[in-house]
Amino acid sequence: MTRTPLRPLARILSARVKGENPDVIEVENLHQRHETMRDRARQGSEGRLVVLVGCFVVAFGLIGARMGLMAATEPMEPTSAAMGAQILAQRADIVDRNGRVLATNLVTSALYAQPHLMIDKPRAARSLAMIFPDLKEDWLLRQFSEGRKFVWLKRKLSPEQMQQVHDIGDPGLLFGPREMRLYPNGTLAAHVLGGAGFGREGVRSAEVIGTAGVEKYFDAFLRDPAQAGAPLELSIDLTVQAVAQEVLAGGMQMMNARAATAVLMDVASGEVISMISLPDFDPNTRPAPPTSGDPGDSPLFNRAVQGVYELGSIFKIFTMGQAIDIGLVTPKTVVNTQSPMVWGKYKIRDYKNYGRELSIEDVIVKSSNVGTARVALDIGAERQQAFLKELGLFEPTPVELVEARGARPIVPRKWPDLTTMTVSYGHGLSASPLHLAAAYSTMVNGGTKVAPTLLRQKGPVIGTRVISPETSAMVRGMMRQVVVRGTASFAEVVGYPVGGKTGTADKPDPRGGYFKDRVIATFASAFPIDAPRYVLVVTLDEPVNMLLSEPHRTAGWTAVPVAAEITRRVAPLLGLRPQLDLGPDNGLTLARN
Amino acid sequence: MRGLFLSLATLAVMALAFWAYRENYATQEAQRDLRRMNAEIADLREALAVQRAEWAYLNRPDRLRALADLNFDRLNLLPLSSEQLSDVALLPLAPAPLFQPTPTLSDLPEVSQ
Repeated sequence: MTRTPLRPLARILSARVKGENPDVIEVENLHQRHETMRDRARQGSEGRLVVLVGCFVVAFGLIGARMGLMAATEPMEPTSAAMGAQILAQRADIVDRNGRVLATNLVTSALYAQPHLMIDKPRAARSLAMIFPDLKEDWLLRQFSEGRKFVWLKRKLSPEQMQQVHDIGDPGLLFGPREMRLYPNGTLAAHVLGGAGFGREGVRSAEVIGTAGVEKYFDAFLRDPAQAGAPLELSIDLTVQAVAQEVLAGGMQMMNARAATAVLMDVASGEVISMISLPDFDPNTRPAPPTSGDPGDSPLFNRAVQGVYELGSIFKIFTMGQAIDIGLVTPKTVVNTQSPMVWGKYKIRDYKNYGRELSIEDVIVKSSNVGTARVALDIGAERQQAFLKELGLFEPTPVELVEARGARPIVPRKWPDLTTMTVSYGHGLSASPLHLAAAYSTMVNGGTKVAPTLLRQKGPVIGTRVISPETSAMVRGMMRQVVVRGTASFAEVVGYPVGGKTGTADKPDPRGGYFKDRVIATFASAFPIDAPRYVLVVTLDEPVNMLLSEPHRTAGWTAVPVAAEITRRVAPLLGLRPQLDLGPDNGLTLARN
Repeated sequence: MRGLFLSLATLAVMALAFWAYRENYATQEAQRDLRRMNAEIADLREALAVQRAEWAYLNRPDRLRALADLNFDRLNLLPLSSEQLSDVALLPLAPAPLFQPTPTLSDLPEVSQ
């Protein structure tokens, strides 16, 4: 490029001759040079912009095209990666504490019809009615001939039924794959498991959702693909549950009870080892909730959790435990037990008059309402409420069942001295057997709070301290005495020292007042009582023991023998070492050196 | 020289094309294998789940109890109870040996402390 000089000699000289300022020429030339430089720079940057635009157009065009392609193609699973197990079942298994299956899935088929594809509708209807007795031939025929293009016929088919439908050979009868929930143990732990049903349904698949119990409580967990099919481990022990259910069902029949409940709990961790509510149901064919009558009479009703009852004398242990803990009394303190005790216009009576005075231990052993009421008056309403609240008797249990949230104990709204006295022996405050099991665990495990749980725990769960270990030991001593020489003498089990407390409460009449001859008999026990591992609460609804010359209704004659039999059968299964009586003639001589 | 180079290049392209062709088909074959095996694994897993469900069903406590009752005269199975458990201390000591026992503790001369 040739560079034009800013001061061309020829023009300068001629300008000088003409007497003009030569600097004007320089400025003009400089200006021209700058203009050409600017033009060139603009051209260059324009070019760069065009290139940039081109790049952007190509890049966005590519992305857009790729997006369009991806949106337009059918989704496909990656084929080259190895497939995991988790995608197979849409719902995780539920297992007991030893890994035995409580709930699992099974692939089955659903049957539907496309009437416009059917060849011989009357024959198909007739054959289907023969395979499925619950489908009526005329109903089927009506469905087929109404001009509909799609009819669901059966939700779940067994393989045999499927083969029979295949044998009809009609092209309009079609199958859709279904995953169904299977509870291999039938009625066992039915109330804990709850049940499952179909949610949204399509031809190719259907959603399985929990309808009650842990299935509903852990619905999100069980269906979470991120869990990779890890089973839900419950604290229930299948064997113990089966044995306890068998014994309880037998006991319920023998004692002519309407219903029965048993809760077995680990006192250290609050794990529910076994929870039974009779009558029960089969979760595989969960019945529909009743539309009439008392929902409490339905087999679906989980009495152990939902049944809040006045549980009677069982509560005396709490009153005495608190009195000992705050230093009011010791088991040897003597209180006035003159019956009836008159309070205003009310009279508090004992089952029979136990004489003028008894020690605290004997008040528990003989189950004296009067003695307990007097101690409760000394404790006072506020401290009593605070203590019962701390034991968890004012709130629904935190157990992992959807039903538990609704089972709020019935607590008196006002708390005059009379309420203090009645609550001290278990009247006026209603709680569920599970509440009771947790509260008893707290009382006997050394005094730390126990929260009931249905999930398997790794070890003991130490809660906040409610009573001192010394008080807990004294309470255990009193509970042992109840069995040794008190109302629960039938509770003795060979090899396993049991301690407990009976409770017999009159059932409230829905028309007001209490029934005279209908009771709820409860026995709350702990074994082995010197170092308790388990708490067992057995409740019988309206039991009558007719085995003897006269009918007996009190817990000592009804709930206690049933609980003893459960303990006898269950304790060895729980791996407890029996305390054997090493008598003098055991074939051993003392070694000495 | 240039002709040699061109013919070598052509040969190389042909060899590479042959290799790519074979790789392509081998990959497709491997993917087919994988799909088949995945389907087989899925089938087996499903079968496994069914077997486990069946195992749980056949081992349900109700059924085992009924079977134990049914076969009582052959098996003599009774529910576990505390009487069946014992303590090591209650086991009888081993009977005295019949011939020339090896020296036991009591045979040894007593050592005063």
